[in-house]
Amino acid sequence: MPQIIKDGAIVEDRWQWLDAEALAAQQALPEGAVIVPLAYWQAHRDSLKARGDVAVCLEPGEEPVALADDLADLPMVAIHFPAFKDGRGYSYARELRTRYGFKGEIRALGDVLRDQLFYLQRVGFNAFVIRADRDIHDALNGLKDFSVTYQGDVHDPRPIYRRH
Amino acid sequence: MYVYRPHDKQLLNERVAQFRDQTRRFLDGQLSNDEFLPLRLQNGLYIQRYAPMLRVSVPYGMLSSTQLRMLGRIAREWDKGYAHVSTRQNIQYNWPDLEDVPDILAALAEVEMHAIQTSGNCIRNVTTDEFAGINAAEIEDPRPWCEIIRQWATFNPEFAYLPRKFKIAVNAVPDADPALIGVHDIGVQIVHRGGETGFQVLAGGGLGRTPMVGEVIGDFVPWPHLLSYLEAILRVYNKYGNRDNKYKARIKILVKALGAEKFRALTEAEFAELKDGPMTLTAEEVDVMRGHFSEPAYDPSLTNRPAALEQALASNKAFNRWFHTNVTAHRQPGYAAVTLTLKKTGRAPGDLTDEEFDAVADLADQFSFAEARTTHQQNIVLGDVRQDQLFPLWEKLDALGFATPNLKLLTDMIACPGGDFCSLANAKSIPIAEAIQRHFDDMDYLHDLGPIDVNISGCMNACGHHHIGHIGILGVDKKGREYYQITLGGRGDKVSKIGEKLGPSFDADQVVPVIARLVDLYVEQRKPGELFIDTYERLGIEPFKERAYATDH
Ligand code: HEM
Ligand code: SF4
Repeated sequence: MPQIIKDGAIVEDRWQWLDAEALAAQQALPEGAVIVPLAYWQAHRDSLKARGDVAVCLEPGEEPVALADDLADLPMVAIHFPAFKDGRGYSYARELRTRYGFKGEIRALGDVLRDQLFYLQRVGFNAFVIRADRDIHDALNGLKDFSVTYQGDVHDPRPIYRRH
Repeated sequence: MYVYRPHDKQLLNERVAQFRDQTRRFLDGQLSNDEFLPLRLQNGLYIQRYAPMLRVSVPYGMLSSTQLRMLGRIAREWDKGYAHVSTRQNIQYNWPDLEDVPDILAALAEVEMHAIQTSGNCIRNVTTDEFAGINAAEIEDPRPWCEIIRQWATFNPEFAYLPRKFKIAVNAVPDADPALIGVHDIGVQIVHRGGETGFQVLAGGGLGRTPMVGEVIGDFVPWPHLLSYLEAILRVYNKYGNRDNKYKARIKILVKALGAEKFRALTEAEFAELKDGPMTLTAEEVDVMRGHFSEPAYDPSLTNRPAALEQALASNKAFNRWFHTNVTAHRQPGYAAVTLTLKKTGRAPGDLTDEEFDAVADLADQFSFAEARTTHQQNIVLGDVRQDQLFPLWEKLDALGFATPNLKLLTDMIACPGGDFCSLANAKSIPIAEAIQRHFDDMDYLHDLGPIDVNISGCMNACGHHHIGHIGILGVDKKGREYYQITLGGRGDKVSKIGEKLGPSFDADQVVPVIARLVDLYVEQRKPGELFIDTYERLGIEPFKERAYATDH
C-alpha cells in the first residue's frame, strides 16, 4: 500500500485518486475509498454521498464554496497542486477550516514537496501525498522547520504577542 | 527601533538552518532548479549576470550601527568590498557565492537581520518615510504599524505563493507621499478622523511594465482592523490574481480588470468574516509595539538654531549650502536629520564600501544615537543629530566625501544596477548616471535648478522608479543596441503620477545633451520660484518635446 504523511506521521493509505482523465477511462467508479473531481461529485452527488468513502478533489480555481452544502457528508477534501507555486490551495484549505469549520481530512495532492509542508499544515492540511520521486521520510522533516510563528493559524488563531 | 526578543532570534536561527539545508540539498541535486528557485528567492537570492545577488531586508529602513558594521563586514568578507542601497530601502550584494549564503545569513542573524521575503512572490519588506518618527508633519509614528504588518507578513503561511511579488508601504504624512504608497501593491495612509486612528487603504498601485497608481479600497479602516483588512485583500488577490501570465499577475492588473468597485466588494466580503475575529488588534498590543519605538534620549533643554550653528552658517559657505540642502527639520527642538547622498561621481548610485559602512556606523554612534536609515532615493540618513553638532559632523562627512550638497537635486539620481549586473537589463544605467553627474558638475548651477528627480531603470521592470521621476530614463533594446526612452512629469513626491513619454528613444550619447536641453527650456520658461515639475505641468509636454528633438530634425 502506498504511504502518505498524515497527522504528522507516515502511514499506509487506501485512498485512490482519480482525476477527470482517469475517471473517463473507467467503466464505473471502482470499489473502495476514492477521490473524485468536483464536477463528477456534483453530477453524482446523491449516490456518492450514500457510499461514504468518496472524497472530492478541488483544482485551482474551484473554491470550497462549491462544497459548502456537502461538507458534512465528506470524510475528506483533497486539494490538487498541479504546480507547488500555485498558492490558491492555501486559501482554500484555510477557508475550509475557518469559514466552513470543516473537521475532516484535508489532503494535499500533486506537486507536494518537503519545503512547503510547514506552511501547508498551518493553513489546515493534515495529509500529504508526497510527490512519488521524493523521499517521504525526508519530507516529514519539513513539518518541523520552525518552532516559532508570528501570526495565528488554523490551529491557534492568536498572534505571538497574545500567546502567553 | 524594534529590538529583537528571544523568539525573534530563535525564528531567524531556524530560518538559517532551514536555508542551509535547502542549499545543501540543491547542491547535492536533491532539489531541482525550479524547486530551489522560489526557496532562494524568498531568501533574497537571485542568480544574476555574474553571480548571485543577495538582498538583505532593512525593515522600514532602520539600521543600528552594529548592523551597519556587519553589513560592511559582509561586503569585505564575502563580496567585493561594497554593497548597494536599493529603492526599497534594502541592501544588496552583487557578488556572494551561493555556497557562502548560509554563512552570510548566520552572520546577519547575529545582528538581528535577515533576507526573508526580500524577493519572490510573497509579501516583501514593508517600507515607509525615511524620516518616520522625526518628521514634524506626520500625524503619528508609522513604524509601530510597519512592525505589526511585518510580523503578520513574515512567513505568513497562506501568502507564501502569491501570483506575484507584493509590496506594502505605510505613510503617516498628510498631503505628501514620502513612502510612495500610491505605487505600491497596498498603500496604507494613516489618518485621524474624529479623534480615532484609522487607515485609508489603497490597492493596485505598482510600477513595472504597466505602471499604475493605486485605488482607494478602504476609505477608513479603524486601527483595530488593520490586519484583518490586509488579510482580506491578500486573500482576494491570492484567489483571483492571474497566474497564467507573470506580466499580468500583479494585484494592479486584478484591480484594474475587476474595477475598484468589484474588488472592494470582494474585499469587504472577506473582511466581514475576519472583522472582530482573532486578528483584531487591542490597544494594549499596539501600545507595546509603540513602546519599541520610543524616542531616543533627546536633551529637552536644546533649542532650534543654537549659537554654534548660527556661527558656522555665517562663517562657512560650503557648510551653509549643505545645511540648506541636506539637513531636514526635526520635530524635536534642537535636533535635525542629515542625509548623506550616496551619489559620488564614478560610483553606482547607492553604493557603499565596507569602510564607508564602518565610517557611517561610527558617525551614527557619535552623532545620532547609534542609528541610521536607508532611503528609497538610495541615500542614508542620520536622523537625530544635535543642531550644535551639525558643523563637526559636516566636517567629518566632507572628509569622507559624503557632504555633497545635492539632496533632491538633479545629480541625486535613482538608478538600478542595470546592464552591469542585472541579467534582465536592456541597457546599462550606471554609466548613464555617471555621464549625467559628469556633465552637471557645477554645484551653483544645480542649486539654481532646484529639485529635479532623475530616475533611471535599465528595463521596463522599473527598479529605478523611472515612471515617477520628473525626468525618467528607461533602457530599451532595439535590435541588440542600447537606447534610452525619456519620460517627463512623473512624480512620487506629493502625489503619484506616471510620467509621459517624450517620443522616440535616444542613443546613449544623446541622453546627456537631451537632458541639458530639457533643463535649458525650464530655465528659460520658469516663473520665479517655480520648480522643474511645476513648469512642466504648466507648459505640458509639447514644448519639451520640440526642444528635445530640435537638433535631430
Ligand atoms: C539585479 C537584480 C534585480 C532583478 C532581477 C530585479 C527584478 C525585478 C523585476 C522582474 C521587477 C518587475 C516586477 C513586475 O513588474 O511585476 C522589478 C521591479 C522592481 N524592483 Fe527590481 N530587480 C533587481 C534589482 C533591484 C534593485 C537593485 C532595486 C532597487 C534599486 C529594485 C527595486 C525594484 C522596484 C522598486 C521595482 C518596482 C516595483 C513595482 O513594480 O511596483 N530591484 N524588479
Ligand atoms: S530595472 Fe531592469 S535592469 Fe534595472 S535592476 Fe530592474 S530588472 Fe534589472
